[in-house]
Amino acid sequence: MSKGLEVVDLHVNVHGKKVLKGVTLNVGYGTIHAIMGPNGSGKSTLAYTIMGREGYEVERGDIRLDGESILDLPTEERALKGLFMALQDPPQIPGVRLTTLMIAALNKRQGSSDLTRVRDPKIVRRMYSLAEELGLSRDLLQREINVGFSGGEKKRSELLQALILEPRIIILDEPDSGLDVDGVRKVSEYLVNLKEQGRGVMLITHYARMFKYVKPDMVTVLIDGRVAVQGGPELADLVEERGYAYIRRRYVEGKDSTI
Amino acid sequence: MAEQAVKIREDILKGADSPEILGWLDKPPRAEVELKGKITRSLVEEISRIKKEPDWMRRLRLRSLELFYKLPMPRWLTGIEEIDLDALSHYVKPEAEFTQDWEDLPDYMRKYYEKLGLPELEAKFLSGLVAVYDSETVYARMKEYLKKKGVIVLPLEEAVQKYPDLVKKYFLKVFPPADHKFAALHGALWSGGTFIYVPPGVKVREPIESFFLIGRQGEGQFEHSLIVADEGSYVHWIEGCSAPRFVGYSFHNGMVEAYAHKNATIKITTIQNWSRNVINFNNKRGIAEEGARIDWVEGSIGSKMTYVYPSTILKGPYSSTRSVVVTLSKGPYLKDSGSKVIHVAPHTRSKIINKSISADGGVNVYRGIVRILKGAKNASAHVECDSLILDGKSKAHTFPHNQVDEPTAYVSHEAKTGRLSEQQLFYLTSRGLTDDEAKSLIVLGFLDEIMGELPVEYANVLHKVIQLEFSELGAVG
Repeated sequence: MSKGLEVVDLHVNVHGKKVLKGVTLNVGYGTIHAIMGPNGSGKSTLAYTIMGREGYEVERGDIRLDGESILDLPTEERALKGLFMALQDPPQIPGVRLTTLMIAALNKRQGSSDLTRVRDPKIVRRMYSLAEELGLSRDLLQREINVGFSGGEKKRSELLQALILEPRIIILDEPDSGLDVDGVRKVSEYLVNLKEQGRGVMLITHYARMFKYVKPDMVTVLIDGRVAVQGGPELADLVEERGYAYIRRRYVEGKDSTI
Repeated sequence: MAEQAVKIREDILKGADSPEILGWLDKPPRAEVELKGKITRSLVEEISRIKKEPDWMRRLRLRSLELFYKLPMPRWLTGIEEIDLDALSHYVKPEAEFTQDWEDLPDYMRKYYEKLGLPELEAKFLSGLVAVYDSETVYARMKEYLKKKGVIVLPLEEAVQKYPDLVKKYFLKVFPPADHKFAALHGALWSGGTFIYVPPGVKVREPIESFFLIGRQGEGQFEHSLIVADEGSYVHWIEGCSAPRFVGYSFHNGMVEAYAHKNATIKITTIQNWSRNVINFNNKRGIAEEGARIDWVEGSIGSKMTYVYPSTILKGPYSSTRSVVVTLSKGPYLKDSGSKVIHVAPHTRSKIINKSISADGGVNVYRGIVRILKGAKNASAHVECDSLILDGKSKAHTFPHNQVDEPTAYVSHEAKTGRLSEQQLFYLTSRGLTDDEAKSLIVLGFLDEIMGELPVEYANVLHKVIQLEFSELGAVG
């Protein structure tokens, strides 16, 4: 049985449009797998499909966690099995405080029926200290989720949730966009920590600038909903140096597979 | 203490729909008297005779009955034609004498109230408690120290006998039966209820609660509550409503009249969780004299259809009111609500907050009225109307109506409608919450500021009830 997340020959339609046309990749525990690709190549679609979002129809293929298919599971059950997605642009949730959501999500994982009750004050202290480490102000935790958050605050809040909920597989959709250099470095440090804790990290990114601080174990480049090429960290360098147009010419049109 | 009270209240509200709490549900206890059928003069006279009422009250009933016959069916009521008034039991006297001691109640009734935790709640949290069962008040008591201060908490019938002049001064004066057909019907058939009088300067620290229970199907409940706060006094009255689930529907047509004398404050809190086959019609109105304040908080969760419009007449200068109404329609149910304020005097202030939640095909209608009469100089009114719609099947309609005849008055109105998007729902479920759990968090967040208006015990109860509504348990109903 394979450990971690497996995506097998995945074909996905979004609102009747074919977006993924056969994607196969693995995210093993204790590894960072970078998913790169130009805009519209299907990176976010891959993430949403793994999470089971409504409207992302799997036409063919499979998604497995530790060898078991999760295709029939609703989103929340995938989350409870240990999947987490940090959204590129998470929505505002008026009325719901960030702490309330994290407490509810934790209570759910501990099987409590009362979602809003704080069962362990230690966890609230942990939220505050982690928020501080991430450079989030304390009052932000008590604010309505993403309402009036800056781009950088949204990214940090997503990461904070991942750290609190301790998922086994973390999918991050462009966690570096909207962050300054210090922010990128900070987020990268946490990704390395998560990897060292034995979690699987799927890092979706358009640019290679994060790789200065976090070295991926695997890199997959998606183009037009297909895997153009897969390889080690050196593939990221190639993308950085030559751009996606080159990758497309060489691997998609030229059918090359060597790096 | 608070924790215990919460637990108790939670059970009460859960109990509203749970047959195991009512072992006798299959065969409701025999009533001592049950008057059914056509609403006639002799029926009204029979009620009056059973209650051994003085002549003035009998005549008041008959005058109301005449009005009921004459007045047209209100056109704005939807769905009320389902009620066949002539098929209801209009008066049901349970086999229990009024008492001030739980021990005196018949076994089944005492056990029921004990199961609901009312005696314990009374001992720990309340200044007084009134329990109305079907058409009669079966229990009423208040703390000793309040008696010494001259506070009166009695079944209204008893107050009619003991303090006729006091009752006469207010009864059906704040809310005249001529207002509309159902107010008139109430005036003719009223039975059971609460009379509270707080003498000048007395502050009743802990709330007084009345708990209404409909014990059988096909019943009309017409309880009447009259709350009078004399000069400079303070009282907080809480209404709790419950009815176990029956096959047939029941009709509730209660009335609340509140009178706040100079500089007095009356707070009225209602948590309504009738079962899903009660048609719930309410007549609620208060009058505030100079410097007085009347606050309404209404949490309307249960029932099939609810019509509720807490209204305040700001009669004296510098009087004020704040009315907070929260309605939840989850499932094929209707809540038709809206606060009403009439500014008569100068420097009067009002604030209306209405929050509605529609889910699973539920419908909320808001019809608020703010009227500022000429001469109500510098009066100010603020209306906030928020609707939350959780899915495409559900609806919220708002029909605010402002009529300002005083040029120096200030009226502001804010209305917001929020719809839960697929992206928001996905976001919350991706954290491990089911659709319903996600919705309950959003609803609780939507109500967050309102929860602060309620006593902690009741806020926690409302919190729980909403979670319950959005849990599988709630969905069964």
